[in-house]
Amino acid sequence: MDTTKKKRRIALGCEGSANKLGIGIIAHDPETNEPTVLSNVRHTFVSPPGTGFLPKDTAQHHRAFFVRVAKQALANAGVRPSELDCICYTRGPGMGAPLTSVAVAARTLALLWDKELVGVNHCVGHIEMGRAITGAANPVVLYVSGGNTQVIAYAEQRYRIFGEALDIAVGNCLDRFARTLEISNDPAPGYNIEQLAKKGGRVLLDLPYAVKGMDCSFSGILTRADELAAMMKAGGKGPDGETFTQADLCFSLQETVFAMLVEITERAMAHVGSNQVLIVGGVGCNERLQEMMGAMAAERGGSVYATDERFCIDNGIMIAHAGLLAYETGFKTPLEESTCTQRFRTDEVFVKWRK
Amino acid sequence: MAAHAAPVEFALPQVLTYPAPTPPILVAQGAEGRLYKTTYITPSLPCALKYRSPKQYRHPILDARLTKARIQAEAKVLDRCCREGVPVPAVYALDATAGWLAMEWVDGVPVRQGINVWLGDRPEDDAISDAEVADETPLVDLMKRIGDAVGALHRTGVIHGDLTTSNMMLLPWADGQSNGASSEDGEKKKAVGGDVILIDFGLATQSVTDEDRAVDLYVLERAFASTHPRAERLFTHVLEAYKQTFKKAPSVIRKLEDVRMRGRKKSMLG
Repeated sequence: MDTTKKKRRIALGCEGSANKLGIGIIAHDPETNEPTVLSNVRHTFVSPPGTGFLPKDTAQHHRAFFVRVAKQALANAGVRPSELDCICYTRGPGMGAPLTSVAVAARTLALLWDKELVGVNHCVGHIEMGRAITGAANPVVLYVSGGNTQVIAYAEQRYRIFGEALDIAVGNCLDRFARTLEISNDPAPGYNIEQLAKKGGRVLLDLPYAVKGMDCSFSGILTRADELAAMMKAGGKGPDGETFTQADLCFSLQETVFAMLVEITERAMAHVGSNQVLIVGGVGCNERLQEMMGAMAAERGGSVYATDERFCIDNGIMIAHAGLLAYETGFKTPLEESTCTQRFRTDEVFVKWRK
Repeated sequence: MAAHAAPVEFALPQVLTYPAPTPPILVAQGAEGRLYKTTYITPSLPCALKYRSPKQYRHPILDARLTKARIQAEAKVLDRCCREGVPVPAVYALDATAGWLAMEWVDGVPVRQGINVWLGDRPEDDAISDAEVADETPLVDLMKRIGDAVGALHRTGVIHGDLTTSNMMLLPWADGQSNGASSEDGEKKKAVGGDVILIDFGLATQSVTDEDRAVDLYVLERAFASTHPRAERLFTHVLEAYKQTFKKAPSVIRKLEDVRMRGRKKSMLG
């Protein structure tokens, strides 16, 4: 079918570091290196309200759906396995059991179709996909998700971490607060908090604000928000005698934690002298965060780049894209080394494909 | 593709729109706020006015709360340092609600600049050798004065939070002592002379734990190594003087070893 002289390079990416199982297929143009998304299929494990997703159940979900999602991805892309160049999978960071089940599946595909394997750092996947979609050349990156909170800038072949959460990730703080309020986890707890927050805003409740240089901390905020939620449920009033609702709580929580994120991002931008900012990761879909970041960037004479839920939320296509970038520089993961790991820092990856 | 950084015109804080003998000069602009030189407070004496402008992205109530708390905290820390003889600018006036703090103007250059003048165009691979580390050069003397200043700061229970050679000023000595014979030598000597004044306490906190003090030193050590790689070896003199000035230094230095080992990095969970 492909009659061009130089063949386009195609990769299949498998992601399952948390509760999303994603498989995507990407093609890089042989001449321009322009990426084309051929398919991007995702299936999410949603736990009941008031609960989080446990590693065991999540791994089981990924195992149960892997074949279905993979077949769908191939069908949507209209690609036969023989056309693939490599199979990419998430090496980490993430939850152990889900990572392992997807790694086993990726190895199986590689052996079955006789393809090379490429292990990918999940965070680098987010960054590369964000850059590819938005066209931001060299931005300061805010990576915010259920497991990670980092302010990153590229320097000398590595994505360097300038600031990060010292305890729990911002997404984890939001997810756990959604559990406290027992609101739905479908489609995502953060999304439902965002919708509730739009109805709030009559009062801004006083929550701790924990920024230390370019780092920040969220666990104290969660504790205080949980206490306020308990007061509300008991029918009581706030510390200043005001009444408040679930929506006000969500609003106050968002305003506080997002202000912290924008502040540390601004500090990093001033530090490295950049005026572009790219938001990636699941929390990056939040429109209020995007709006606040945009206001900050505008004040600095710059702009904000963000993607929508297809690429912000964990997906297979970003793993395929970052994996293919590495593969094109000659990187591959031999079968016997195709492990995965819960701890894998963004700055451990040698970024050979950038100048 | 990103919009080109247009020269942003900043609105003056209201206090600087009132009549003053000389117009205010914008000296520096950071993520935190802006620094002006003004004669509004004292007509005959310039002062440094730090202004934390309102952040449009922040909820107004939250913004007001943070601005007020931060100005107050900075003023408190400076006041405490002043009383206990730590070399910092004195606080002249503040309006926490309006977000400004007026301090003594330090008429000097940053330590960073002084060190760079001293090192001159010494090439990168000609780093200061072991033999030179032992020499009692004026640069070594400056390193000792830095150690003294940081030691005095920690003794009062204050953590600076952002120690770099840009956040220290050299207040020149009254002339007469350092005029050497050869002019070039004299210039260099002059460049690293003067009293060390610590500035910019925007990230300062009050703490007396070894951990916080060690992290403060570590930040300085890292900043020093990246700003002055050729003089990196002289940093040991900073720590020596720190020990002389500050009684509890030995346990802080031990902690510094731990901090160096782990860096500021933690291994993360997905």
